[in-house]
Amino acid sequence: MTALATAAVGFEDDLDSEFTARADSGPRARWRRIGRDLGNGILVLWGAATLTFFAVNAMPGNPAVAMAGGAGSHPSKALIAAVTREYGFDKPLIVQYFTYLSQVVQGHLGFSASQKEQVTTVISQSIWPTITLTLTALALAWLIAIASCLITVRRRRVVSSLGSGLEVFAASLPQYWLGIVLLEVFAFTLGWIPATGGTGIIGLILPALTLAIPLGGFLSQVTRDEFEAALEQPFVVSARARGMSDRAVRLRHALRHAILPGLSLSGWALGALISGAVIVETLFSRNGLGGILLVGVSQQDMPLTVGVTLIVALTYVIAGLVVDALYLLVDPRLRAR
Amino acid sequence: MTAINSRSSVAAVARAATFRGTSLRLPRPGPLLAVLFLLFLVVAVVDPSLLTRYQPLAINPAHSLEPPSFTHWFGTDPSGRDIFARVVYGAAPSLSIGVAATALALVLAITLGLIGGLGGRFVDGVVSRVLEVLFAFPALLLALLFVTIFGASVTSLIVSVGLGSAPGYARMVRGQVIAVKSAPYIKASRVLGHSRARILRQSILPNAMRPLLVLGTLGIGQSIVWASSLSFLGLGAAPPAPEWGAMLAAGRDFISSAWWAELFPGAVIVLVTLATTSLGRYVQRRLEGRDAGT
Amino acid sequence: MSAVDVRDLRIGFGRGAEHREVVKGISISIEPGECLALVGESGSGKSLTARSLVGLAGAGSTVTASALELHGRDLRAARDRDWRTIRGRDVGFVLQDALVSLDPLRPVGKEIAEALKLHGWGTARSRHARVLELLERAGVPEPQLRARQLPGELSGGLRQRALIASAIALDPGLLIADEPTTALDVTVQAQILDLLEETKARGRALLVISHDLAVVSRIADRVAVMKSGVIVEQGPTAEVLFEPRDPYTRKLLDAVPNGHDRRTRLSPSSSIRVRERTIPSNPPSAESTAPIIRAENLTKTYKGPDGVARTVVSDVSFELAAGETLGVVGESGSGKTTVARLVLAVTRPDRGRVLVSGEEWSSLSETQRRPRRRLITSVYQDPLSSFDPRWSVGRILTDALPDDGYPGTAARGARVLELLELVGLGAEHLTRRPLLLSGGERQRVAIARALAPEPAVIVCDESVSALDVSIQAQVLDLLADLQDQLGVSYLFISHDLGVIHHVSDRVLVMRGGRLVEQGTSDQIFDSPQNPYTQRLLGSLPTIESART
Repeated sequence: MTALATAAVGFEDDLDSEFTARADSGPRARWRRIGRDLGNGILVLWGAATLTFFAVNAMPGNPAVAMAGGAGSHPSKALIAAVTREYGFDKPLIVQYFTYLSQVVQGHLGFSASQKEQVTTVISQSIWPTITLTLTALALAWLIAIASCLITVRRRRVVSSLGSGLEVFAASLPQYWLGIVLLEVFAFTLGWIPATGGTGIIGLILPALTLAIPLGGFLSQVTRDEFEAALEQPFVVSARARGMSDRAVRLRHALRHAILPGLSLSGWALGALISGAVIVETLFSRNGLGGILLVGVSQQDMPLTVGVTLIVALTYVIAGLVVDALYLLVDPRLRAR
Repeated sequence: MTAINSRSSVAAVARAATFRGTSLRLPRPGPLLAVLFLLFLVVAVVDPSLLTRYQPLAINPAHSLEPPSFTHWFGTDPSGRDIFARVVYGAAPSLSIGVAATALALVLAITLGLIGGLGGRFVDGVVSRVLEVLFAFPALLLALLFVTIFGASVTSLIVSVGLGSAPGYARMVRGQVIAVKSAPYIKASRVLGHSRARILRQSILPNAMRPLLVLGTLGIGQSIVWASSLSFLGLGAAPPAPEWGAMLAAGRDFISSAWWAELFPGAVIVLVTLATTSLGRYVQRRLEGRDAGT
Repeated sequence: MSAVDVRDLRIGFGRGAEHREVVKGISISIEPGECLALVGESGSGKSLTARSLVGLAGAGSTVTASALELHGRDLRAARDRDWRTIRGRDVGFVLQDALVSLDPLRPVGKEIAEALKLHGWGTARSRHARVLELLERAGVPEPQLRARQLPGELSGGLRQRALIASAIALDPGLLIADEPTTALDVTVQAQILDLLEETKARGRALLVISHDLAVVSRIADRVAVMKSGVIVEQGPTAEVLFEPRDPYTRKLLDAVPNGHDRRTRLSPSSSIRVRERTIPSNPPSAESTAPIIRAENLTKTYKGPDGVARTVVSDVSFELAAGETLGVVGESGSGKTTVARLVLAVTRPDRGRVLVSGEEWSSLSETQRRPRRRLITSVYQDPLSSFDPRWSVGRILTDALPDDGYPGTAARGARVLELLELVGLGAEHLTRRPLLLSGGERQRVAIARALAPEPAVIVCDESVSALDVSIQAQVLDLLADLQDQLGVSYLFISHDLGVIHHVSDRVLVMRGGRLVEQGTSDQIFDSPQNPYTQRLLGSLPTIESART
């Protein structure tokens, strides 16, 4: 491996990080950056769609049979042949791929055989519950992280250890198990919250908490490290020397620095939450993209699976842009340059 | 031209004081407990019969769904199997899935990260884009697709979890390689006239790979959680096998009447993650503390 | 009533058996309109003393004193709430290094206004007006614009002024400044000292913490010299600096390079060999010896942040003879570090070339140059970051030995020991890690590494800038001895005029990427021709100036 890597080593000839590191600034560079981000986003969508398309086609079984109603319904040979011709399953895979891609570019995600509906219709019916769930969970996770840091960082030894211990514990919880325990305790034993509470706010509490607690523990750990580092900085001493109280130092100076690393992880976190939503939606019998995805894969429903993947990747791309914007809001250094 | 004469002296004194304080105390209880628990697991993997006299698959319908007692520490499941025995015997398959998946992820990540970090601007661009795509791709979907294509088995479980967590590590490896590559001591080596191959071998690789030990430790716990999630969705080990995720999936149906069938396997998974995480972070802090001192 | 009256101040860390006293019973007092300078090296406890005056000695510290009074107010039993009313209002505190002492995420105007707001001063509108007024008074041009900018966008001098503006916002009776001019260029340094002097003239008490005796001599009325938590000598500035009674004070004064004739020893001769250094009877000059390094019309341009090309080195030519020391001096941004990089061939010139021993150097490909790289080595400002963090001292030095020079492990081991001895270290350092060495020892290891390939030239880029004066003195003496013994040439880059004056045979003065003047050290320092050089030398505070 060493030999191979050596061949490709590209030490920059000029090791002038102090000059090149700030190359991305100025108004023209900003437009270039936006253009690059958009290009990246499209690339990500294309990559996700392509990967899924070929993966679904690599599954064992005849897609035409699945399309005609699945092997269980014993479709006639004529029907299978008709479906094969209509959807072009007899053509080479690469042709099918480009046909499908050109449809997607025009906004047609295709027809879902398993749901007997247009993929766009299926997705539009299930996307909002999932988005509500994941965004609520993300907000809750941040709430947990910030509260835990403000309350327990650099306090008495016992409090600080308890805080960081609970964070590690929360981050170690498997979502499905946490969900089951929460269900058992709050819905069945205590009866405070209905087990399958529909779409209202009450019904959102347990699923959102199930997703939020482990993520909150993770974000807390990242935030805590940075919070501790910020409280050691000379500018914090400076602020104290101006007569600032401990609480104000934490809120106005340290917190801002502390949320930066967690913030840059939030785009990734949203993606992870969508994965988690598959589990939580199954567990709490909630309508959403997760259930649809499970159906799509198990029924070998290519248009549905690729459609959901595209939507998830799109969410990730948008989340990334939003996170970038928020980052600029919190860290003006990048704006100014 | 920053002179750093006395800026850090206060901090250094304070640090020296706290350092002296901690060095005299016993090791902190967290990492110690973690080590003890992991030792227990090692025994469970090597020879589970040392820890329990029950067999994990021995059915005993007369004792179905018994609550925890002195004879059955963790209670029994609907078929009367001893849950403690199942948890102990489940350590081997569950842990090996976690370790293997993490190892696979690290191997992939190191390969991709090195190519990206060491390659020229173009190669790095391609690797970064590929990582971006993999990142945007929900890990669970990747696992779903993989298991559907290759069938539900322990191997598919390992591969899909490994694939799912590789992009994250790869990003870190790449970042680490780039950071080390531009470190002052690498420049110093170049000025001494060492060849690129030599610098790569003796400085860049070892320094860039150093944090991976900790990452790997942290990752094992997360991999086990992931793998058990997939088992839970019915994508992993087949039900009668004593694998923790599968046990959880089976226990779910009886949760109202027999909470112990669900609680204990889950608690063990949480403990494994806790133990690896706290141990990993402890080592990490030790390494950083040594690196940051003045 | 004194502004500050402290008697028998003790500061310690840890409890019970682990208690360790860092400040061991010091007493100081400052009258209004007076400036006391607290002088000492790293770890002397001077910064900690200053911090304890605003109740910020740090977590886990215990502070005791038989008197701790600010403006007549007893603060021995002050609680955090009491301290908060004092901080900023009665005492202004300027921390060292404004870049990290101002919150990098907030505009400087906000930081200054914060000082006012915390003590309930004025309304948002009046505070804004006051911020502009303060910036103006601190000598910040375009206060409207600067108030909106982040610390990172300001130059070092402007940052320091903004920090001072925030400390004097409420016109406190006592201003504490911790290393207020460290890391600043001399011309900026002079402006900051003016600003502090003006505060003093308005009748405010001033406590300045510094390691720089020249700076102290310019501003302080009285000086207290601290060593290991104790004040070893205290008195009027002229008395302490010119008739020092304590040996430590004398040692500190001796170590300052600009207080002496060129090329004399700075440190007590204990360092390596007892050997008087003599000025060579006929110093090597470019005419008598063939130059080892010849730089011709070097030009280097970088693309700036805004996509506009910035020329950092422009048309620079010079020669370096064997056994000679060529000093390169200039303020930040003058291009002196880029010159070093061009000579070391870690970056390529856009125009011009570097020749080594008359042969092509900068135009070679890296593969062609690599076997000859042992001719030029380097000692960096921060030695620690220039060592592989996993390596021991022995490994570092072995790695630097030329592959063909010392066949066999035994020969290599012997050579490594020899190198260690050359720099005044011993076999006991072989297995140590640089992290556990002191700053001076680290720099010695760095020098040993630079000597390992037996180079003709060593490039020293701010090699002594981060060291305490007494350590700096030892390192400078070591470099001089090595030159005598081995005949190696130095390209010595520094912002410190005193150091440059002390070590150099010839000097290049750089500004804005251009060479403004070059000549022998005496020419440059005694009769500078260029107005910029004159201004540079004029703003350099020297201990002698305090005599008048």
